[in-house]
Amino acid sequence: MRALRLAALAALLAAPLAAEPAQRVLSVGGAVTETVFALGAGDRVVARDTTSTWPPEVEDLPDVGYVRRLSPEGVLSVAPDLILAEEGAGPPETVRILEAAEIPFVTIPDATDAAGVAAKIEAVGAALGLEERAADLAAEVQAEIAAIEERSAGVERPARVLFLLSAEGGRLLASGTETAADAMIRLAGGANAVTGFTGYKPLTDEAVLAAAPDVVLMMEGRAEGHGGSGVLSHPALAATPAGRDGRLVEMNGLYLLGFGPRTAQAVADLHRALYPGEG
Amino acid sequence: MVAIAEAAAPTAGDRRQRARRTTLGLMVLTLVAAWASLATGAAEVSLAEALGRLARGEPLTLHQQVVLMDIRLPRLATGLLVGAALAVSGAVMQGLFRNPLADPGLVGVGAGAGLGAVTAIVLGGFLPASLAALTGTYTVPIAAFLGGWAATLILYRVSTRAGRTSVATMLLAGIALGALAGAATGLLVYVADDQQLRDLTFWGLGSLAGASWTKLAVAGPIMLTAMAGTLWLARGLNGLALGEAAAAHMGIAVQRMKNLAILAVAGATGAAVAVSGGIGFVGIVVPHLLRLATGPDHRFLLPNAALLGASLLVGADILSRSVIAPAELPIGIVTALLGAPVFLWILLRRRGVLDL
Repeated sequence: MRALRLAALAALLAAPLAAEPAQRVLSVGGAVTETVFALGAGDRVVARDTTSTWPPEVEDLPDVGYVRRLSPEGVLSVAPDLILAEEGAGPPETVRILEAAEIPFVTIPDATDAAGVAAKIEAVGAALGLEERAADLAAEVQAEIAAIEERSAGVERPARVLFLLSAEGGRLLASGTETAADAMIRLAGGANAVTGFTGYKPLTDEAVLAAAPDVVLMMEGRAEGHGGSGVLSHPALAATPAGRDGRLVEMNGLYLLGFGPRTAQAVADLHRALYPGEG
Repeated sequence: MVAIAEAAAPTAGDRRQRARRTTLGLMVLTLVAAWASLATGAAEVSLAEALGRLARGEPLTLHQQVVLMDIRLPRLATGLLVGAALAVSGAVMQGLFRNPLADPGLVGVGAGAGLGAVTAIVLGGFLPASLAALTGTYTVPIAAFLGGWAATLILYRVSTRAGRTSVATMLLAGIALGALAGAATGLLVYVADDQQLRDLTFWGLGSLAGASWTKLAVAGPIMLTAMAGTLWLARGLNGLALGEAAAAHMGIAVQRMKNLAILAVAGATGAAVAVSGGIGFVGIVVPHLLRLATGPDHRFLLPNAALLGASLLVGADILSRSVIAPAELPIGIVTALLGAPVFLWILLRRRGVLDL
């Protein structure tokens, strides 16, 4: 038992010095984990964070907590020899302790466009020693997104899309500009119905009417609990074109906003949902 | 058991003896909690083996060094200090206001500290680069401490006239100040961006996860000084229980004692909130439990509250990091889950006494 532990410890200490690619990866951030699996390195992942939910088999891995609230001891307990983390992972105290423990900590940059997604895939590939495979996947994803962007550019009258982060208690929390949701809406050939502010902010009923969305977009599971007819029964929303035509689009949060390797499919899905007549 | 003892109407000597035994018992409890805290955790490390190495004069392995010295030890020290500081603040506050429901949260100290922290999280980016570099990771703790301090000072100015502090005015002003700080916090939450919002949510729930020697070096001395200060308050608080006039007749410098008490509470609470966020119920449950067990004498109540608060918070922290390991629960959730039912039970038992 003790010998085993010492051996594990020796392996842990030796790993950063060796040129061998990491074999015990802790993957933090939904899109980062997706990318690791898309590169075929899923068998090297030993643990994940709460936001990593795709592909389904990651649910069986130990969960070290929320991406911004990692516990240093929890991370050490899964004995990683490489930590891949999305931007904003932390807190800084944890990162400092992990540095003291000499575990390589690689931050993968955020992305909200095709070039960003490619850079993200390449950064993950470089950290795993899979540069070639990553370059192929990055080029593929970039081409896919470019193709769908071309289709989006052909839209004559862009649908006005209102993205709601939540509608808890009838209080609508909407996306302004400079968010992942705003970027996805534009990639899919829609127009964000709310451009008066950046980030996510609560929207008054009058602002909802002024935004006049054609479509309401939400993450799966967030539109329930409004008495059978859902979020569109909200008095202000009901009076908008989206409410009148009953157009609510729901998509998985990580799929829609993660900007991982499935971005092109997500954009295509959203495009189809926005323009069902196109066929 | 407590009921039987009360029915037998213990003499002062009995109570004193019981309080001493309780102190001894609480010391043992604190040591057990401290040992358990060092020995348990998600990471695989043998405390006995590490101690053996230290005893033989060998250096610790990197893994032992990081887990024990950089993670568990500062966390244990922070838990002990914050738990003791919150419990003592609660006991002092309740004595000062002669109100069993008084709590640093009630008079706006906690809200002021919270406003300071939120301000630092949201507006920290607007600090001049030189100042930001200077304060670095201390920005949030220092801002929380200053917020708590400012709230206490304002409170004190509002409720003191001609050198006399009116406890009733202070209680009401505290509620007003709390509401004001709450509103200002709400305003800052509105301008916060997405990431800051998530930081705020977790900060509000309280956690010892961010414990580090550097934070402890800032907040530890403040908490220790404040708690040491309360040692001089015990006799005065006992006198105050009979009323301000009676206390003055007993030769207690009432106004000076109040000043010291307010200063101690602001320091202890501000520093505690600064390192660990909002942790509820320790300040109210611990003193109440001890009053039930050993009576209201502050000479025993204050040190016992420090010990029980420390062991309670360390115990809650062990739960918070082992229940869903390798992830962890915010400790504020654990203390509320443990504390709220205990508090309700106390209220039910003592309903007659607490009629306000």
